[in-house]
Amino acid sequence: MKILVPVKRVIDYNVKARVKADNTGIDLANVKMSMNPFDEIAVEEALQKKESGEAEEVIAVSIGPSQCQETLRTALAMGADRAILIEEDSDVEPLVVAKLLKAVVDEEQPGLVILGKQAIDDDSNQTGQMLAALLGWPQGTFASEVKLAGDKVEVTREVDGGLETVALNLPAIVTTDLRLNEPRYATLPNIMKAKKKPLDTKTVGDYGVDVTPRLTTLYVAEPAKREAGIIVESVEELVQKLKDEAGVI
Amino acid sequence: MDFALNDQQQDIVRAIESVCAPFDDAYWLERDREGGFPEAFVQAVADGGWLGIAMPESVGGAGLGITEAALMMHTIAKSGGGFSAASAVHMNIFGLKPIMVHGTEEQQQRMLVPVLKGEERACFAVTEPDAGLNTTALQTRADRTNDGYVINGKKVWTSTAQIADKMLILVRTTPREECERPADGMSLFYTKLDRDRVDVREIEKMGRKAVDSNEMFIDNLEVPYEDLIGEEGKGFKYIFDGFNPERILIAAECIGLGQLALSKAANYAGERVVFDRPIGQNQAIQHPLAQDWMALESAFLLVMKAAWLYDTGQSCAAEANAAKYMAAEAAYKACQNAVMTHGGFGYAKEFHVERYLRESLIGRIAPISAQLIQNFIAERVLGLPKSY
Repeated sequence: MKILVPVKRVIDYNVKARVKADNTGIDLANVKMSMNPFDEIAVEEALQKKESGEAEEVIAVSIGPSQCQETLRTALAMGADRAILIEEDSDVEPLVVAKLLKAVVDEEQPGLVILGKQAIDDDSNQTGQMLAALLGWPQGTFASEVKLAGDKVEVTREVDGGLETVALNLPAIVTTDLRLNEPRYATLPNIMKAKKKPLDTKTVGDYGVDVTPRLTTLYVAEPAKREAGIIVESVEELVQKLKDEAGVI
Repeated sequence: MDFALNDQQQDIVRAIESVCAPFDDAYWLERDREGGFPEAFVQAVADGGWLGIAMPESVGGAGLGITEAALMMHTIAKSGGGFSAASAVHMNIFGLKPIMVHGTEEQQQRMLVPVLKGEERACFAVTEPDAGLNTTALQTRADRTNDGYVINGKKVWTSTAQIADKMLILVRTTPREECERPADGMSLFYTKLDRDRVDVREIEKMGRKAVDSNEMFIDNLEVPYEDLIGEEGKGFKYIFDGFNPERILIAAECIGLGQLALSKAANYAGERVVFDRPIGQNQAIQHPLAQDWMALESAFLLVMKAAWLYDTGQSCAAEANAAKYMAAEAAYKACQNAVMTHGGFGYAKEFHVERYLRESLIGRIAPISAQLIQNFIAERVLGLPKSY
């Protein structure tokens, strides 16, 4: 079985994001970029399935500018077997990404696609679900455990009420939650080995997908600064303030 | 001319950043307060195969150059660990190069493989209390016995000897008076640090408490013949070959430390509000930090040039020495300005910059003093007469 793992290049989780002066987006000039942390978890899960003999090949795919090669090289250095970059300089929305991934799935025929549940830059949390819908495959989202059993995969999901375990027929879509595993680091010997692994570069045109955005970003602003708290003297004062100032009662 | 890092070098920097990320400011602050070797950090570096970055593949290394090793050490120092982190792994990166170049195949497997796996730790015993930078005057000696040698003498400033299993030691095997040249008659051994025969005493220091430095008193240490590296009498030359790469690595570590201090200073200057504005809006605060950036960037270019010369087999002594000098001075200034930018808080340990300042002195002193570097440049590059 092949496992396909889509990975996204995002602003590093340690970087404090700054809004551009003209409020059109986040300033990414000279900012450290890394693999989306949920996607690292997806890569790790796929590698563990390969190491246990349940999968034969792990393919990483990324969609974005040529710098996404770095993200793919990280996946290769973690242990993925090969990588596909679909080069596109414009911002791609989740539906476009899902359509492109569907085209890759049609070509590669993986038994499992493991995605991060969301990317930490736009927090959309849509791509996995859309891909499942486009393919007509079952989906197990927010996975905290993924067990392969014959022609099924059992996915334990982190839901509001606790943990829910679902059994999906393969092929299937899984999206990862934070507690699924702890991703490994790229080791030096694996970085050296990754140099010899294939990294194919494609364009959106190769898959015939329309990348025109459906949404327009009107305005991006920093969250309001948090004001310092106050200590009230009495319950009466508290009720008064909740009524008059906070307007919550 | 291409100043960009290649793909692999970028990958190395990014991967090392990931390895270092869990070891945050609080970890290094505690190591500095309480001492104790940063075992967890070094093991993480060893587990990633990083100790072998500049060692050949035959012993489990990656076979990369001093350029990659310098980028790695720069990233480690810059990650927040400064010299506490860099010195904890430094010796393992290049110190054992003489074994790689002059050791037999059997010695390479026996000596290098466990070090690169992180199973054994090595230390480097060259400097002596009565010799200092005048290395040929060292007095520790090895006398021939039936099946090897017996070593007697004392060493100083041996880093990590508290936790080392093995040591690379330079000793006299022929008295200086009987040698044609002072650099002859010294031999190199890589042998067990037998604590029954070697008394290791830690030196309390100004900074870098986590990585011990020591005096060693060696009393009748028996060393088998198999532990002699290369030929008897040629040890100094073997060690000498490692001087330039070591300077390049130390220089890269200095740059990392200086940039770490500068980033702390710039952050603080941008956030600290006094008289209703960030102090970083004042040119008296801005300009020293801008100067530090320029000095560190320039010195880093020289470090990379020296590394490139070394890796391409060209003479790099002037550049390696100059890079060490420039990097150490730039780092010291950046650390000092970082403390001054923080004002009173700069003097407080929890703001980290005072620790960096204490560590920055290491680069100015070791492994060679600023004065001797200037002598070297004056004599060997400018052709002026020797002054000492």
